[in-house]
This record gives sequence, structure tokens and C-alpha cells, in this order.
Amino acid sequence: MAWAMQTTLSNGTRFADQFFAGARACIPVVLSVAAYGMVWGVLARGAGLSQLEVLLMSGLVFAGSAQFVALDLWTATPATLPIGPLILAALVINLRYLLLTATLRPLFRPDQTGRGALMMGIVSDETWAMTMLEMQQGRGTIAFLLGGGVLAYVCWLLTTLLGFMLGSAIADPATYGLDFAFTATFLVLLLGMWKGKADLLPWAVAALSATIASHLVPGNWYVLIGGLAGSLAGAIADSVRHVD
Amino acid sequence: MWTSPQALAAILGMALVSFAVKALGLLLANRLPRHGFAAAWLRHVPGAVLASLVAPALATGNPAELIAALATGLVYWRSRSLLLAMALGVLTVYLARLALAG
Repeated sequence: MAWAMQTTLSNGTRFADQFFAGARACIPVVLSVAAYGMVWGVLARGAGLSQLEVLLMSGLVFAGSAQFVALDLWTATPATLPIGPLILAALVINLRYLLLTATLRPLFRPDQTGRGALMMGIVSDETWAMTMLEMQQGRGTIAFLLGGGVLAYVCWLLTTLLGFMLGSAIADPATYGLDFAFTATFLVLLLGMWKGKADLLPWAVAALSATIASHLVPGNWYVLIGGLAGSLAGAIADSVRHVD
Repeated sequence: MWTSPQALAAILGMALVSFAVKALGLLLANRLPRHGFAAAWLRHVPGAVLASLVAPALATGNPAELIAALATGLVYWRSRSLLLAMALGVLTVYLARLALAG
């Protein structure tokens, strides 16, 4: 009994440690989330969303790029709201998450994935990338992912509301170079993942095909196209060199 | 006005498909083999996705972004600090845009 309590206690402490480690590690990337949240809130007001709708969309959809596209389609009068196109756009824009959450598989035992699937709602590009970096350094836990995820979620909810309330009092982030925070964040996370020359080919294929796709295909299909092309190139190169 | 049934339907629909896609990625991956080609492919996905997120933004041919990207990479390489690299990257793009515009 005593040892059982001891294990539960130490498991609990370990979970809390990892949870807060995840939240702490994600502070820099969450700053980028905050900048985008404010902008989205300002634009949402302009697009005719009510405060309750801002809260509901940020809290339930919780997907930055899908929410930005939704604003282009949104109408202030309910009768003309394109419900079908809004849902379809969210689906298409979020398809890249198929790739992102697939790579979180090592965090879960095969029998845990059902429960794990329920946690995936809290995953965003930023906290996914941070967790990937952690996993690549031989660490990374479910608690770490959740810690970063909860921080990003709360931050997204608060900053979108704040942007909505302050409205155009907020300056365009591009004025202060804050739009570059997104690119800088993912560039640094990419550099942090460098393991050796074997990464060069998949990264180059991904970068090239994503850049070409971004010119030819509208929307953010380029993430999915580049991600698939680069990872397949890496896997083919691995099998040619017989590494597993 | 608080909200409308139409807006509520749209938001709930968007929430449902967003969650479904995220959950499906993990569920599908769980059915993939844990060795061989599929495992190698999955291992290469994170780097490829990150490269795809970054490359088009830098390939727009805008020199301010390229200079800032170089500065960001350099600072991260020397300091290993994400926050510092990001802060100096943003500062560099701000200054470079001012300099190039003027």
C-alpha cells in the first residue's frame, strides 16, 4: 500500500514536472501565437463576429490558419453565412495535421492511442514542433506536449479576445517585424532538428517542392505537399542505403 | 447580438472536422508498421514539414527576410537559445526593412 502510494505520488510529480517543462519550453513559440491571436481578434471584429463567436471559435476550433481563412468567408448577416464552405475550408486547411499528429506516435503505447487521439485537439503547429525537438533529443512525453498545448490554448483564447476588444487600436504586427516571429520560430526549430547529412536531401526536396507548390496551388497545400515529398525522399534514400 | 444558429452550426462543424483530422493522424499512424519503410518515412516527416513551413516565406525574394533568417540562424547556432534567436531575428527584420525602405 505504502509503495503503491509512493509510485502514484512519484508518477504524479513526474507528470507535473514534465507538464511545466513543456509549458516553459513553449514560452518563446507562444509569443508568436500571441501576436497572431491579437491580429485574428482585430480582423474577427472587422469581419462581423460577435464576442461570443470569437470565444467559441477560438475555444472549439483552435486552429489559427483555419480561423484566418474563415474570416474571408464570414458574413455579418446569419442568413448568408456559407456554413458548408466554412467547414470544408477548415477541413482542407487542417489536413496537414494528419502528418503532424502521426509523428507523435512514439509518445503513446499502442494501447494508449485511443486516449491519445482525444488529446490531439490541443496540438498546434508551434507546440507540436517544440515537442518534436524534445523527442529528437531523447526526451519528450505526453505531459510535455500537454503543458505546451494548454499554454498555447489559453494564450490563443486570451489574445484573440483581447484583439477583438482593443480592435484597431493594435498596430499591424508587420510594422514591428513581428510577422517574422513565425518564420524565425520554425527556422530555429528546423535547425535544432539537424542530425547529420542524411537530413540534407529530405529537407532540400521539402523546401523546393513547398516553394514551387506555394506558387502554383492556392491556400496552404504547400505544407502537405512539401512535407510528403521531403519525407518520402528521405525514406527512399534510407532504403537505398539500407539503414533502418 | 450574441450569436445565431447558422454561426453556431458553422463553428461546431469547423471544430468537428479540425479535431477529426488531428485525431485521425495519430490513429492512422498507429496502424503503420513500426519498422522498415513506413517507420523511416514517419521519422523524416517533422523535418520535411518544418522545411516546408519556412522555405516559401524565405523564397519570396525579399532581402530583409533573408538577412533576418541568416541572423536568426547564426544567433541560434552560437547561443542555442530559441528566444534570443527569435528576438534578434524580429529586430533584424525590423531594422533591415527600415534600411532597405529608406
